[in-house]
Amino acid sequence: MLLSMNWISDYVDFTGLDKLELINKFSLSTAEVENEIFFKGSDVNGIVCAEIKSVENHPESKKLHLLKVDIGEDELVDVVCGAPNVRVGMKTAFAKLGAQIGDITIAPRKLAGYTSNGMCCSEKELGISDSNDGIMDLTDDIPLGTDLKTVYDIEDIIFEVDNKSLTNRPDLWGHYGIAREFAAIAGRELKPLAVSDLSVYDGLEKVDVKIEDPLCQRYSSIKFEGISRHVSPVNMRIRLFYCGMRALNFLADITNYIMLEMGQPMHAFDARKVEQIRVKKFDTPFTFTTLDGVERNIDENTLMICNGDTPVAIAGIMGGLDSEIVADTSTLTLESATFDAASIRKSTVRLAHRTDASMRYEKSLDPEMTTVAVARFVKLLTDADSEAKVVSALTDEIAFSYPQINLTFDKAFVNKYTGIEISNETIVKTLTALGFGVELENDQFSVSVPSWRATKDVTIKADIIEEITRIYGYDNFDIHTAEVPVYPVRPAVEKTDENRIKDMLVKRYSMHELHSYVWAYHDEYKALGIEIEPNVELVNATNPNIKTIRKSIVPTQLCQVKYNTAYDSDFAVFEIGKVVNGYNEKGLCDEHKKLAITIYSKTKDMETIYFELRDILAVLADDIKHRPITFAKAEATHSYQHPKNLNNIYCDGKLLGEIGIVNATVSKKIDKKANIVYAEIDVEEFAKIANASIKYEAPSKFPEIEIDLSFVTASYAPIAKAISDANCALIKKVSLVDTYADENGKSITIRLLFSHPERTLTKEEVLDVVNGITAALEAQDIKLKNGVAL
Amino acid sequence: MADKTTEVRLNFMAALENVQTMDELEKIRVEYIGKKGYVTELLKEMKNLSNEEKKTFGQAVNVLKNEVNDKIAEKREELKQKEIELENSRMPEFDISTPANLERGSYHPITLVQRQCEDIFRSMGFAVEDYSEIVTDYECFEALNIPKDHPARDMQDTYYLDNGQLLKSHTSAAQNAIYKKYKDALVNEGKPIKAIFPGRCFRNEATDACHENTFFQMEGVMVDKDISISNLIFFMKTMLSEVFQKDIKVRLRPGFFPFVEPGFELDISCLICGGEGCPSCKHSGWLELCPCGMIHPEVLKAGGIDPDEYTGFAFGLGLTRLAMMKYGVKDIRDLNSGSLKTLSQFTDDK
Repeated sequence: MLLSMNWISDYVDFTGLDKLELINKFSLSTAEVENEIFFKGSDVNGIVCAEIKSVENHPESKKLHLLKVDIGEDELVDVVCGAPNVRVGMKTAFAKLGAQIGDITIAPRKLAGYTSNGMCCSEKELGISDSNDGIMDLTDDIPLGTDLKTVYDIEDIIFEVDNKSLTNRPDLWGHYGIAREFAAIAGRELKPLAVSDLSVYDGLEKVDVKIEDPLCQRYSSIKFEGISRHVSPVNMRIRLFYCGMRALNFLADITNYIMLEMGQPMHAFDARKVEQIRVKKFDTPFTFTTLDGVERNIDENTLMICNGDTPVAIAGIMGGLDSEIVADTSTLTLESATFDAASIRKSTVRLAHRTDASMRYEKSLDPEMTTVAVARFVKLLTDADSEAKVVSALTDEIAFSYPQINLTFDKAFVNKYTGIEISNETIVKTLTALGFGVELENDQFSVSVPSWRATKDVTIKADIIEEITRIYGYDNFDIHTAEVPVYPVRPAVEKTDENRIKDMLVKRYSMHELHSYVWAYHDEYKALGIEIEPNVELVNATNPNIKTIRKSIVPTQLCQVKYNTAYDSDFAVFEIGKVVNGYNEKGLCDEHKKLAITIYSKTKDMETIYFELRDILAVLADDIKHRPITFAKAEATHSYQHPKNLNNIYCDGKLLGEIGIVNATVSKKIDKKANIVYAEIDVEEFAKIANASIKYEAPSKFPEIEIDLSFVTASYAPIAKAISDANCALIKKVSLVDTYADENGKSITIRLLFSHPERTLTKEEVLDVVNGITAALEAQDIKLKNGVAL
Repeated sequence: MADKTTEVRLNFMAALENVQTMDELEKIRVEYIGKKGYVTELLKEMKNLSNEEKKTFGQAVNVLKNEVNDKIAEKREELKQKEIELENSRMPEFDISTPANLERGSYHPITLVQRQCEDIFRSMGFAVEDYSEIVTDYECFEALNIPKDHPARDMQDTYYLDNGQLLKSHTSAAQNAIYKKYKDALVNEGKPIKAIFPGRCFRNEATDACHENTFFQMEGVMVDKDISISNLIFFMKTMLSEVFQKDIKVRLRPGFFPFVEPGFELDISCLICGGEGCPSCKHSGWLELCPCGMIHPEVLKAGGIDPDEYTGFAFGLGLTRLAMMKYGVKDIRDLNSGSLKTLSQFTDDK
């Protein structure tokens, strides 16, 4: 919203104060002011009132005229002018020699053979309107030679407030409310609005108004006749223009002027078209043409203003074309009303049409303002048009009133909330300046909220704190730390696990952490041949490529792997992120946090990277939980899984996730030559596993014995079981030495390390254990290949 | 006979002089003091001598033998030393000026700034909480004093899911659960609620260099009997000074958020120009950084906390924005792109 410092100055005397400094304070105390401030008219100087004394056509140019103008000096000035509206006796704005308009300084200038000693100016050239129809036609009684800046408010400081920062302040949608803030900030008096006394018309007949739907809170009206003025006063037009509105005709301009001044939207109906005002909704949809000439669909939820049963305006949004005031309108019925904010907001959404009026109504305007606005209208109209007459009594229909809000609190409450000492005197002064009624007795405050703040904005004690502190100034706060008891804060296991996993993957395994989106990327999945599995869906995504929430990070990670194939021949990435596995029994999304790892390699074979990944997972579990992980073969059920080498991962009896190879269908689309393996584990499940902690054992001082054994077997699993079944405390370590395949089949060589903490081992006791293991395997037809070498 | 020992000695010294290798040294050793060596042979001649002469000659030969032994040992040390020197000299000089291989893993930049922020708040006794990405309408709006039809819901274009839940549009969605989790300890044990909750948020909007539909925030709350606006400003200033590792000037402006009252927009002095005004702060000297405020009484109430007894502050920090500011990332979409060319640069940062 654009605001005029001149306009605000109508209501606050800023004498001796720095206006820019006040605007800055307003930004810190009330609402955000945009950085750019406009100094209107500061580059326009030396423009005077002049009268055209003679007009001659230029002998060679059809457009140009040769004028003699009187600028109140001894001699007439010769001017060459191209404007179409020049006429003898016309008073206009004239830039004298030496005058300044923007970057131009007026000097004698030859135009088509004649010298022009100055320039007649249009309103656009002066920057006070966008009308470039011709030179300015001055109708006011101004002595010739008068500097127009002394008559008109050409010079002004215009600043802009971000509308978003006013959403909760219905009172700040007009200059008067803004002026109240400036008055409080500057510590100056707020002058009252100049209004007409409407009680003098009490004896006249009222306008026929009926509110038939409670969505209209209040409807005030009055009727005029004999309106003779059609063009607004120059200063009114300048203010409208500076504040971003175009001057139309006098009556429409006053309604806009009052909206910009008081925040109260008004509508002027041609009284000939509106006799019985009814506010209601219609049961059946219909079309209605608004004054901008657009035909709009009106449904049964849209509140309408009607003349009897004929709709004449969309309540709070826009008037109709048929009842619009036109240039020659002389009788007028005025609407000054308030409507339910939510209803207006919904209607604007349905109509996809937001107006200056609806924008204000959406904020819950003060219904008390409607009659004041009428009185202000009467004042502005009758002041500028002596022939206009009020021909009705003030009509004021009230369907809804906000309750008066009174709040009580004590000084201690203010102290507690602010943490600083603000004197009672300051509190009273601030609240009074903002229009609150304040009573103070023994540190106990009773505050009555003014109607313009009571529609939703100020309802509780904490709201009063804001009023006091924002005017006090947050820059003036003495700041200090909180005095609170101190207790240790135990970090959540999940959090520390997560950090340790990230550290290990980055620092030890040189992996890169990525973030991907929580939804399946439909296009990218399709390109890789990954099926989008049915899951929870977004219902209002504007991007058609995102709709289904992902069940696993793996597919989104594979899309990212595809994106990075040019990065390097080998890389590994991971993400800890969320997935959703349908709904739980309560119908809520079953959300899980997962760790996904993908290793991509063009230089290593599949088996190598598969075991790299297996070992990484084993180290993670061993390092963070001091527990082993185990695997169990799983069946592929997702399109990206390879049918072979898919294993579920377990730790401490919990299913954590899976490790697998990417299905060739998908991996070939990523890169024909790359091997890709992945793993995904549930980090929340992982966090639930208790840390088994380090079991320290002093190293034995006695010699250890190592024994290598080779078995003919395709699988290590029976060997592991036989060793585990032997349950021998002397075995300190089992390691895989070699696997070998020849025509006799596959053989596996292991190394057992034996040690006793307190004595030297005997050959016999070690052989006993070894024989037990080999016998157990022999029973399963797994033969010892090489003899025992002690 | 003395001449004989002298002759052998002179011959030995001459031969030793020419020795270059261990093999040659061993050869000389055998030649002189081996079983049939010259010195050993001298002793065999003793049998022809008188007893008196035997004694003298024997002594002389022994002296010679010891001398030869010593000289050989000395020479052996000398040759060993030469060999080591030779080995040392064979070692090539490596070109250390070649570029180092810096290949290693990387953290997501959000992880880095999130850790920095978490460390700061942990050091001030705040708990770090985690929260789900999918929340209910109640958590995201109702519990935060944003009833249905409230214009504040217009400000956030929320992603709704087919079961009526939604992707959380702000980390404030976790507030209610945090209050409920800690309220008993607050009321019964007098433990103040001090918590931060970083998390991923979502807005249904078109993406460009400045807009993302998926981004990170960090919410923080502190609730106790006498938490004040003064405390809020103090914590904001302290925290931000720690984050940026310099003394940060802050200013508060009124800001409207239904879940705080009073609510503020917090600006910090521009990090580039220090407040003088520059293009990056649009010549205002200030950067709008984080919304904050005193927790609205209705929000405390919804969390089971009596607003007449307790007060608190809450703030929301844009972690994504912070990461972009800190590392000079110009396009917000880079963060979720998964591009290793971009992200592999964020190796570590404390």
